[in-house]
Amino acid sequence: MARLTQTRGALSFRAWLALSAAGFIAFFAIWWVVAASGLVSPQFLPTPLAVVEQFAGLTQSPFVGYTLQQHLASSFGRFALGFGLAVAIGIPLGLLMGWYRGLDDVITPLFDALRFVAPIAWVPFAALWFGTGIGGPVLVIFTGAFPPCVVNAYRGARFVEPRYVEAARTLGAGPFRMITEVLLPASVPSIVAGLRISAGLGWQSLVGAELIVASSGIGYLLVKGQANISTSIVMSGMIAIGLVGFAIDALLRMIERRIQRRRGR
Amino acid sequence: MRKPSRRRSLWIGVATFAVVVAAWYALTTLTNTISPGRFPAPSEVWDALKQIAVTGYADARLAGHVLHSVKLVLLGFAAAALVGVPLGLAMGASRRVEAFVNPAFLLIRPIPPLAWIPLAIVWLGLGDAAKVLIIWFAAFVPAVINSYSGVRAIEPHLVEAARMLGVPRLAYVREVLVPGAMPMIFTGLRLSLQACWTTLVAGELIGAIAGLGHVLYQASLDIFPAMIVVGMASVAVTAAVMTVVLGYVERRAMPWRV
Repeated sequence: MARLTQTRGALSFRAWLALSAAGFIAFFAIWWVVAASGLVSPQFLPTPLAVVEQFAGLTQSPFVGYTLQQHLASSFGRFALGFGLAVAIGIPLGLLMGWYRGLDDVITPLFDALRFVAPIAWVPFAALWFGTGIGGPVLVIFTGAFPPCVVNAYRGARFVEPRYVEAARTLGAGPFRMITEVLLPASVPSIVAGLRISAGLGWQSLVGAELIVASSGIGYLLVKGQANISTSIVMSGMIAIGLVGFAIDALLRMIERRIQRRRGR
Repeated sequence: MRKPSRRRSLWIGVATFAVVVAAWYALTTLTNTISPGRFPAPSEVWDALKQIAVTGYADARLAGHVLHSVKLVLLGFAAAALVGVPLGLAMGASRRVEAFVNPAFLLIRPIPPLAWIPLAIVWLGLGDAAKVLIIWFAAFVPAVINSYSGVRAIEPHLVEAARMLGVPRLAYVREVLVPGAMPMIFTGLRLSLQACWTTLVAGELIGAIAGLGHVLYQASLDIFPAMIVVGMASVAVTAAVMTVVLGYVERRAMPWRV
């Protein structure tokens, strides 16, 4: 059976490599041909090479006040703050909700009601309460990154092996030790999975927030590129956003794998 | 055992909301602890709701804004499903298609949908076309990935049986591939609907002529906190309603799973 499912449409490594390379080349070739043919003006669709040049240029000479790295650094600072707050508040809250039924009953309806508000819809209040410097975007990132932290810590704590809880209780563990020494370690895989979702949503929310309210950062670079009708700047920014988002996810995936391996899964 | 505890949860939920509203009233109208410029009082929110529902705000009534936003989401969503689901099915069914399409897909996948907004505005301006393009991007990637995983999750026995019985290609797609992948496809669509909605609100906040995001934008320009609350609540309620409706469609499309 295993052999049968394998042979179904299976490719040799060489065929796979050739097709992948062809797909890769086709993507850039189509882009290049459309851009270079003159059907679309280069202002709206620059060639891939022009985008790479622009990207390199942005790392050297500042655009709207900062170079690309400086924009990324200020974005990343906001992201780290918002994400850190979401983790620091969300995980303890989720664990407590998993342990105390009463807290669960009170928080869950509020949480479900607020969850349907898109993080981006917090932008007007974020700007009104905390301004457009660092506080406003941080609130938006927080609202994006917070729910997965709470939900996954809660699920981890709720579905912990009952035997462990009983054992700890028999040995006389109080609520504090129960949460920190039984529920938290048992929830780690669920929490780490939540962190990946949370970081992804937080990074997206950051981009959204900076598009609307910010005076520096990678989203601000995009908006200014848009205002200057410079597609190559916008595309450079998009590439930078994709790279950083990819790096954040890769880092968390590495941590996830390491934890799984240590637990012998 | 189950029923009373459920009922208890419901009552606690209702009580919680009552306490929150009471605290809101006490902090704003009664004691003025929170100034009206920071967060509105319940009565102000009610007035703002009446204003936008009856006389209109930001060039249209509430129903008009909601309909405009929902129409754009459904358009972009349908267009993405129309292209994304067949592509995902093809990638799942054929390793050749997968190997060919995957590189381009891996390149665009890490870019969040919101980051396409400026590009869409440069290409298509502030009108509806740009919004539909953004929503298309938001829904396309999840549609492809989930249709693809849906095909891969089909029981191998089914595929082998169909092959052994010599089922013709078209019938194979209609009777095995699509129904087998359907559960995953719907999960993907439901998840991406949320993403679409968020993306649209962001797009409308950045530049639009109508829609709920435009209401939020106008309200923050006018420093009108009550209208911001109305806008946020409308965004949340519309999202909730769309999710419920899609759940209903899902049950109707897959009667065998109920």
